[in-house]
Amino acid sequence: MRTYFDKQLQTLNDEMKAMGALCEDAIALAAKALSENSRELAAKVPPISSALDQKERDVEDICLKLLLRQQPVAGDLRQISAALKMITDMERIGDQAEDIAEIVVSMSGCRQEEVELLNSMARSAIRMVTDSVDAYVKQDLELAKQVIAQDDTVDDYFERVKKSLVDIMVKEPDMGSCALDLLMIGKYFERIGDHATNIAEWVIFSVTGEHRSAELSN
Amino acid sequence: MCENNRGKNIIRSNKLNLYYGDNHALKDISFDIPENRITALIGPSGCGKSTFLKTLNRMNDLVPGVKIEGQVLYKGEDIYGKAVDVTSLRKQIGMVFQKANPFPMSIYDNIAYGPRTHGIRNRAHLDEIVERSLRDAAIWDEVKDRLNKSALGLSGGQQQRICIARALAVEPEVLLMDESTSALDPISTSKIEELAMELKSRYTVIMVTHNMQQALRVSDYTAFFLLGELVEFGDTQTIFSKPADKRTEAYITGRFG
Ligand SMILES: Nc1ncnc2c1ncn2[C@@H]1O[C@H](COP(=O)(O)OP(=O)(O)OP(=O)(O)O)[C@@H](O)[C@H]1O
Ligand SMILES: [Mg+2]
Repeated sequence: MRTYFDKQLQTLNDEMKAMGALCEDAIALAAKALSENSRELAAKVPPISSALDQKERDVEDICLKLLLRQQPVAGDLRQISAALKMITDMERIGDQAEDIAEIVVSMSGCRQEEVELLNSMARSAIRMVTDSVDAYVKQDLELAKQVIAQDDTVDDYFERVKKSLVDIMVKEPDMGSCALDLLMIGKYFERIGDHATNIAEWVIFSVTGEHRSAELSN
Repeated sequence: MCENNRGKNIIRSNKLNLYYGDNHALKDISFDIPENRITALIGPSGCGKSTFLKTLNRMNDLVPGVKIEGQVLYKGEDIYGKAVDVTSLRKQIGMVFQKANPFPMSIYDNIAYGPRTHGIRNRAHLDEIVERSLRDAAIWDEVKDRLNKSALGLSGGQQQRICIARALAVEPEVLLMDESTSALDPISTSKIEELAMELKSRYTVIMVTHNMQQALRVSDYTAFFLLGELVEFGDTQTIFSKPADKRTEAYITGRFG
């Protein structure tokens, strides 16, 4: 039954997986560029971000076509509308990876020890992105909930990053510009965590029909 | 979720069972139909939608070998009770069928037929009823200059609206529609859908449809029937966005069987 439609849904899933993989690549590269202070690596991020823009349009196209031609309801409708919302967050993750890479290119004079904490934060954020996309592909409610819980870890990291950067600014005023760069990067990673959380919330909607925004407004 | 603003129920089906001989066509159907709302009945062919609809104004009584158990309460009164006058019941609960079936007479006489059988003879009064009913059925402008022509000369969509006007002429409280748009083009269909939505401020509409999009567009509540059972009843948006029963999901997403 509905073999053709199911095939198209599978195509949508494959595209989402591909888009998720691009997201991971983008922030993993940005994080690596940061930890290795490598301009070459940083330069590889913008093309991935452009590819994400393109994928966003492709997936949007698939979704709109499915909505129009198949008039999906129930679980199908939830899956497609969740995908439509998620790609916005995925595209933003690409933008933020690009922003991080841009800072890495122009950054100078930062020491490894300052960057260390950000590396841990980056790993946490990457994990959230990977898991949120995985949760969508597998329609895995538990994994989606774990992602949301993990957001606190990333937020905690950001608090610690802020504190340590304030310390630096106070003790070594000539490190100020480096501290500001790192603060921006920390903020971008924190935003990436928020986007992964949004994705996970849409996964929960897709599986259960409940979205957290509704819970909050009730 | 909608329990609070659901308002009054006009019909209650209570443990309703219907047998056509050995064929157990309705199995323990219990649910309440809200007043001044549109309720859609959906389900695969042969699941008992038309049978259920017909029990609501006792159109099944004449079928040989039929056995009906349980209750249908209309405004609290069992319509299968001894004291019930079937003619006056059908005046209150009118029906429009899948295939337009205007009588072979003029448009005017089609509409005046019901009121006349209920004893209205005054010409001016009949004129008024005919015009109001045709207006309510959104066909007045199309036929006002040819009221004395045969209704059979109209298009299918127009004939269907004549049948709706005919049903409305006796001022029913409930309108039963059995796949009333299935043979119509999209324009006539949307006219009848608009009509149903307009009428619900004054009437309760119960419609059988095979068109999921139609159920979604017009109905407030949806009942899903399967093999003579009521699987799920709820507000339409919930049924079509997160049905509680796997079988409902399979049916409405077209993955049944
Ligand atoms: N007059 C009748 N005499 C005997 N059996 C009947 C009669 N009308 C319906 N049935 C049987 O009752 C069951 C339900 O039929 P019903 O017409 O109510 O289904 P339905 O849901 O309206 O189907 P469809 O979507 O095809 O109109 C079927 O098994 C049908 O064969
Ligand atoms: Mg039928």
